[in-house]
Amino acid sequence: MNLTEIARFALRGIGANKLRSTLTMLGILIGVAAVTLLVAVGNGSARTVAARIEALGADTLTVMSTRHGAGGLTMKVAEALDDPAVAPGVRSVSPVVSTPATLTHEGAEHRIASFVGTTPSWFAASNFPVESGAAFTADDEAQARRVVVIGQTVAEELFSGADPVGRQVTAGGALFTVTGVLREKSSSGAQGSNDIAVAPISAVRQVLAGYGPLSSILVETAGPSTVGAVQSEISTILDRRLEPGAYRVQNAAQLLETQTESAGAFTTVLGAVAAISLLVGGIGITNIMLVTVTERTREIGIRKALGAPRRVILTQFLIEATLLSVIGGGLGVAAAVLGSRFPIVGVQPVIVPSSVALALGVSVLIGLFFGGLPAARAARLRPIDALRYE
Amino acid sequence: MRTVLDVRDVTKVYGHGDTGVRALDGVSLEVARGEYLAVMGPSGSGKSTLMNILGCLDLPTTGTYLLDGVDVGSLSDEQLTLARNRLIGFVFQAFNLIPRTSAVANVELPLAYSGMKAAERRRRAMFSLDLVGLADRAEHEPDQLSGGQQQRVAVARALVTEPAVLLADEPTGNLDSHAGEEVLSVFDDLNAAGHTIVIITHEDEVGARADRLVKLFDGRVISDSRQEPAGRHAASGALK
Ligand SMILES: Nc1ncnc2c1ncn2[C@@H]1O[C@H](COP(=O)(O)OP(=O)(O)O)[C@@H](O)[C@H]1O
Ligand SMILES: [Mg+2]
Repeated sequence: MNLTEIARFALRGIGANKLRSTLTMLGILIGVAAVTLLVAVGNGSARTVAARIEALGADTLTVMSTRHGAGGLTMKVAEALDDPAVAPGVRSVSPVVSTPATLTHEGAEHRIASFVGTTPSWFAASNFPVESGAAFTADDEAQARRVVVIGQTVAEELFSGADPVGRQVTAGGALFTVTGVLREKSSSGAQGSNDIAVAPISAVRQVLAGYGPLSSILVETAGPSTVGAVQSEISTILDRRLEPGAYRVQNAAQLLETQTESAGAFTTVLGAVAAISLLVGGIGITNIMLVTVTERTREIGIRKALGAPRRVILTQFLIEATLLSVIGGGLGVAAAVLGSRFPIVGVQPVIVPSSVALALGVSVLIGLFFGGLPAARAARLRPIDALRYE
Repeated sequence: MRTVLDVRDVTKVYGHGDTGVRALDGVSLEVARGEYLAVMGPSGSGKSTLMNILGCLDLPTTGTYLLDGVDVGSLSDEQLTLARNRLIGFVFQAFNLIPRTSAVANVELPLAYSGMKAAERRRRAMFSLDLVGLADRAEHEPDQLSGGQQQRVAVARALVTEPAVLLADEPTGNLDSHAGEEVLSVFDDLNAAGHTIVIITHEDEVGARADRLVKLFDGRVISDSRQEPAGRHAASGALK
């Protein structure tokens, strides 16, 4: 008997046991799709964070409070950093508050994760120049005027092609006049960096963020080579004003590192959850296989009684198990690819090829093992024992 | 006449030691080509055990069994498989068709395992189904057939390879008398056409149709006699 003939037997076997075949494939499908998609979500969020940090550039430092809520970062601290005597390497200091907000314009509504309040120096420091219109001025900041510069994504969502400059948007119940649109940042697949609005810090605190601590302080240095020196200069100033350990100063590279670490941990947790679902899927498959062992063993007994060589029986059942797990796994990957085209909990998933390989490999092994094992055992029985099997 | 089955002083013990069951206790039996042999005996007398050994589904504990002149005990696993495929047609009490598989596909199976091409296989399977009067049910699956029809499909499957001997273990045990008659008349016709048949039964009327009757009791042959067959299918003479 040749291989195509045996494969035809295997196909007939799959077709003859539709429910069992469907359930087996479903188990593998769900396991593979879950692993692939969850790892993709973790990966996607890591990429977004990394892209945002990279966009900051190599010549800036970020001061952050290490204590959530109760913070030591105030406007006074920010002003103190701008001290040419102690910290000559500092070019500019931009205090930053950031809060989520919903912007509306003539019925169009758009929610952004960060409505940034800061000073005009932020645009140069964060390497995010204005493309059309103008940035707000120091005077706007001093007068707490309600003016705003919006990112490309916000402009598209709210004005869909029309020129937003001079128009008004509502945020937190107050009207803001759009003075400019930021240049598009195309940083490695990150969706978030253009989804931003920037306004004078005084206005944002009045209307949206309140007068709590700052989110961070962005310090621009004279150039990448001075970053290290400036880091220790501003630490000297901060140590005088804040408790030691209450703040953290990081450059873009360090930020990237910590964020990548925490994103890695996030991905690991998601992966573990997914691996559990793969395991549960595997147990499901095993269960289905075991339930049908009696029937299959009798069938193998019949085939042996009719003169089927052991090799042919084994091949048939292995092809059956392989086909089921490969088809199930393939559909699982397809489902994951389809699912990854849509954002999940605000994150655009990015599929990790190795996770696909791993999930497919594990599911195919489960299918082969639990599909093939009972068959291999039954094929070794004497026909009479296989026929009598209960 | 040539001997097809030759059983010499065969014993079969299930289990070991004190708890062992001696299902066959020194059975000797020769069956010649073309014979129609019935094996009778009370339940537990070892009929099925003997039949499984004759069909190469199981091996004797001691003694020799020659199938078509070859000592089965000396065959490898692979050669036994081949022997089952080429020399033996087995009909079970429980039909044992492959579920959710059409009648003709079931009948084709032994031919497929012998490596025959699909077209020739189908032709022979249809011929065999025609012999048992089920050519028009070829595409039906087992659960769409009555018990008698399923057993006739099983008979078609057993004889499709033109085996040296047709073995049937209580083939009518799960059938009502009408369906049983359908199956038995197929056996009558096959024997009339020259097939060797060994049938196990505990029904006297079934035993009476054979031309030789062997009685088992407690794993031993207690009588072996030729007889004038009675109650055979009327048309059986026509095939001769
Ligand atoms: N697989 C087995 N294991 C243990 N004992 C068995 C087995 N098969 C049959 N026997 C025993 O062997 C004896 C003969 O059984 P069997 O050949 O099935 O009898 P019959 O077919 O005449 O009813 C019985 O006592 C039965 O209990
Ligand atoms: Mg029996």
